[in-house]
Amino acid sequence: MSAPTVLVTGASGMLGGAVATALRDRGATVRAFQRRPAGIDGVEDVCGSLTEADDVRRAVVGADAVVHLAAKVSISGPESEYRAINIGGTENVLDALRANGGGTLVNVSTPSAAHLGRAIVGLDATPADPERARGPYARTKAAAELLAMDADGDDGISVTSIRPHIVWGPGDTQLVGRIVDRAASGRLPLLDEGMALIDTTYVTNAADAIVAAHDRIADVHGQSFVISNGEPRTVRDVFAGWCEAAGVPAPTLRVPGSVARLAGRLIERVWEKRPGHDEPPMTEFLAEQMSTAHWFDQRRTRELLQWTPRVSMDEGNARLAEWFRAHPVV
Amino acid sequence: MVKTTPEIPDVPGVDPVLHRTEQVRDHTGELRRWHLLDSGPWLAERGITPRGTLLAVHGNPTWSFLFRSLVREDIPWRLIAVDQLEMGYSERTGVTRRYQDRITDLSLLTDALSLHGPVVTVGHDWGGLISTGWALDNRHDVVGMILTNTGVHQRIEEALPKALQLATTPGFRTASTSLTDAFLRTTLSLSKPSLPKEIQDAYLAPYRSRSRRRGIDQFVADIPAAADHPSRATLDRVAEGLTHLQVPTLFAWGPRDITFSDRFLRDLIQRVPHADVHRFEGASHLVWEDADVAGLVAQWLEATFSAAGTPRTEAPARRPVSSYAAEQVPAAPIGEPIARLAADPIHAHRPAVVELGAEEDGGTREISWSLLHRRVEDIAAGLLGHGVRPGDRVSLLITPGADLTGVLYACFRIGAVAVVADAGLGTQGLTRAVIGSHIDWLIGIPKALVGARAMGWPGRRISVEQLPTVDRAALGVETSLAELARSGALQRELGAPLDVAHPDPDSDAAVLFTSGSTGPAKGAVMTHRQLSAMFAAVGDTLDLAPERGLVAGFATFALLGPALGAPTVVPDMDITRPGELTAPALAAAIGALGRPAVFTAPAALRNILDTAGELDEAGRAAMAGAASFFSAGAPIPAHLLQGLAEIMPEAKALTPYGMTECLAVAAIDLEGIEAAGPGSGVCVGTPVPRVQIAVAVMDEEGRTTGEITEEAGVTGEILVRAPHVRDRYLMLWGTTHTSMRFEGWHATGDVGHLDRAGRLWVEGRAAHVLATADGLFTPVQVEEAAEAVPTVRRAGAAVVGPRGTQQVVVILETEDGHRPGKAARPKPAAPSLSEAVRRAVRERAGVEVVAVFETRALPTDIRHNSKIDRAALSRWSEQTLRGERAEAL
Repeated sequence: MSAPTVLVTGASGMLGGAVATALRDRGATVRAFQRRPAGIDGVEDVCGSLTEADDVRRAVVGADAVVHLAAKVSISGPESEYRAINIGGTENVLDALRANGGGTLVNVSTPSAAHLGRAIVGLDATPADPERARGPYARTKAAAELLAMDADGDDGISVTSIRPHIVWGPGDTQLVGRIVDRAASGRLPLLDEGMALIDTTYVTNAADAIVAAHDRIADVHGQSFVISNGEPRTVRDVFAGWCEAAGVPAPTLRVPGSVARLAGRLIERVWEKRPGHDEPPMTEFLAEQMSTAHWFDQRRTRELLQWTPRVSMDEGNARLAEWFRAHPVV
Repeated sequence: MVKTTPEIPDVPGVDPVLHRTEQVRDHTGELRRWHLLDSGPWLAERGITPRGTLLAVHGNPTWSFLFRSLVREDIPWRLIAVDQLEMGYSERTGVTRRYQDRITDLSLLTDALSLHGPVVTVGHDWGGLISTGWALDNRHDVVGMILTNTGVHQRIEEALPKALQLATTPGFRTASTSLTDAFLRTTLSLSKPSLPKEIQDAYLAPYRSRSRRRGIDQFVADIPAAADHPSRATLDRVAEGLTHLQVPTLFAWGPRDITFSDRFLRDLIQRVPHADVHRFEGASHLVWEDADVAGLVAQWLEATFSAAGTPRTEAPARRPVSSYAAEQVPAAPIGEPIARLAADPIHAHRPAVVELGAEEDGGTREISWSLLHRRVEDIAAGLLGHGVRPGDRVSLLITPGADLTGVLYACFRIGAVAVVADAGLGTQGLTRAVIGSHIDWLIGIPKALVGARAMGWPGRRISVEQLPTVDRAALGVETSLAELARSGALQRELGAPLDVAHPDPDSDAAVLFTSGSTGPAKGAVMTHRQLSAMFAAVGDTLDLAPERGLVAGFATFALLGPALGAPTVVPDMDITRPGELTAPALAAAIGALGRPAVFTAPAALRNILDTAGELDEAGRAAMAGAASFFSAGAPIPAHLLQGLAEIMPEAKALTPYGMTECLAVAAIDLEGIEAAGPGSGVCVGTPVPRVQIAVAVMDEEGRTTGEITEEAGVTGEILVRAPHVRDRYLMLWGTTHTSMRFEGWHATGDVGHLDRAGRLWVEGRAAHVLATADGLFTPVQVEEAAEAVPTVRRAGAAVVGPRGTQQVVVILETEDGHRPGKAARPKPAAPSLSEAVRRAVRERAGVEVVAVFETRALPTDIRHNSKIDRAALSRWSEQTLRGERAEAL
């Protein structure tokens, strides 16, 4: 029996790259699908757009399995764009699998698909809720997850959804990069003193969990799992750890969470009319994420995926520090 | 006339499958539309066969929504909760319905529903009267009754609070009940913390317009406040009938109710003495919202009706833990040694109680056995003569000493139940305890009487000293102990000495209030037999005897001596501040007896050591004479014991383990501690005479599984069995039931294990067990590990999150940052300290810490001022780490 072929969408991102590499190392034939080549050794690049059904079908043809990570992940922008990429893209992947005569799909989702703005304290994965999730990203990811899970069991398709919570690691420009940049210029506020307890996931652990889900899909299809390091920390400790790794001072600026939420709402409105160059400095969604607890019960995840994180928070920060020594913050 | 009903909206916690409407003829013969919640289909969906029906009737101004919590899988009973006509989502008919009409209407409805077979009625507020009326008219179907915040008080007009008297005044009534929704909103606002908005909205939903509120107005108008009220006859019939309805009954009560106060509960208890009662301290009128009444009901239904065959009727089936003890104490009336020593020519004139510095001039007050005996008999006769009956509850708010001793033993003698609440509970705690005990009498010092007046405590009042007339009138005092003793003495001199039988050993003797470090203070009820056994247990542990005597540096123990026939010396101290006892004062008390047993509060130990330098030669010599040393309340740390051993070298220093519910469980001395060596938790030694100890095994979430073991090394909830375990908690049926869920054992709520030598190790409170994803840990394990970091003075472990996946938080005092005094707001610890604590706990206890905080002073519980208040730490952590602003510690 020849090695299975796995398609990874969104392999140019930090997590997608880690997943593609891990699958390759285990002997799978790996294809990567994204707009520009991901450039991973031993991984075949198929370039195209997730919103073009034909591009997606071309990428999926002949694959036994898909790990779908590609998404529009930012925190601002018109909702239509999120819909097209996150919901439309997932629809295209499912159609392509059907055309393929079936296959397995590890749909990478997000805990924010089920985060309704309230604190999450030690809960397992709750149902995705496209109507009440906060912000266009979370709403469209929630809809995409429901779509994907709905396809489980159809036409030889098996689906599981994996929701890694706040993935970080060396080379991450999305989150760690922004936090560190803002801290370096003294523009990073701690909301409500940064006391909310949050889960995060070191990238290697998230990649391992996705690979584990791919391996165990026969047993776990139809279920959604939240993934985290299982070592929640206060927001201030998380930020302080990253800042220390990057050699910049930890944030000291304090803003009440309610003020930040209000500011975020206003900024979002202004951004809608006059978008800035970068992402807005604060959105309501971000303010909620940074001022309310969200950490998860990992028992079911670990038991069913037969996976445990191998890189602790401390070890992750040490690896981050090593990376920052090679790539100092200017 | 058919009026349109507003669509029944989706309300929180009510599965739409529960809604049902029925057209049924009412007492006028007209078809009326009823709305009700019917859990029949809900149970059927889950394959649950109901054992019977709960017929629930709401009061004013609520609706069946009140009872939604009774729909749960562990209540295998079908709920029929009606909206009364004119109320909730039932029809507005325009008919004025009297009390009897409402009972008839309900019976017509249940006939139409063909409701038969075992029914337990459930009522709240005025719905309690209607459900009871229904029960009387349908008694062949009724197997039980549950009443919550309601009343059938006959002299209702006196008991109605001002607020409701006003509400029943016609002009005002309409304004407050139907013109505006003020009455509704007032009812909803009584809950503390306030009800979530969506719950308030659900209560208001059926009453949005004035016409829909008219039923509330009529309902209030039908309160039979006056003797000539048209509904009065029905009320009288139901109130009388209730006393003959011999079915299992549960009263669940929210005492913070301005209408149906404790006065109504008390009246109901008198009518239904066999009822099981649970008062939810802190809950208000809407007790169903403020407390887990449904959980209590589930427990009660299971305990009462689950057994195959016939459910129990009036007498409680509960058998006290004390009766299971393998070895009992020979029964003798409490205080019997007083009479015996008074009659013994050798002892009669020796001192029984000595109070140093008690006289105004600083002199000593001394009472002989003979005098004590006479005083007890005189007060007992005086109390009887004044109208105190056996079984009456008497609150004693008297500073420990000869007066308290005299009146306490007089109460024991006549069978009055002494309610003993420590002043250390604080004014609020004391108020709760006194009000919550439904006392009949209050005997107090002036300060307590002033407090009683100010806080509105119940009970007829008696002062200690004879007070000036002005004060007596102002404080509502009827007489004084001095006067009672005089009248008793007079009777004796006239040749009519006390002639009353000793109380039944199984009748209540005392209500003792627990420390309240784990929630509101609970009243532990001890029978004469149990209390007697408790005195014997302490006496045997300490080897007390008439020739030895004891020094009572801790209030409660001043009461112990007479029961054991041992003379008692109270040191010159402010007995309400046991922590301030000094070494010279203690030495003087020891010197007065020679070789006594010494009792102190744990909080006093540090102070005694700190003031040991003030001892003169005689003082040091006196201290050295102490034969044994005992401190109650919390285990004594070894370093303090060592310090004490230096100043009391002859004393056998015992550190005990016990609780109000079972005062003496185990004890250990210094050699014992050294022999035990280090281990997980605090070694409290081997059981004292007649005590058995076992451990209830726990599952991964820290819940007991039902399995009991005496095997070494298994950590779980500590269970005790002894003839001196208390009978029950006062008016806390659910709490009592939970603590007795292992038949024949008292579940202490503490967690620990036995070792190979049969010694018990205590590791903290079961409720504080850290149920993490990595397994169970005890707070002590984490705290000891954190305290191994050299800069840490003291650490408290807290947890956040649901059991089974809890995360551990450490809050600590550092050697440099500690400031004695009030607990202060914790701040995140410095990164290096956090790191050191995380590492220490990981390595020594094997568990991860998610956050480390530092504070100037950790919160401790009020009474002992020594135990870290871990519950408060967990509350604070839970709120803070959710991202909310936590209340002060």
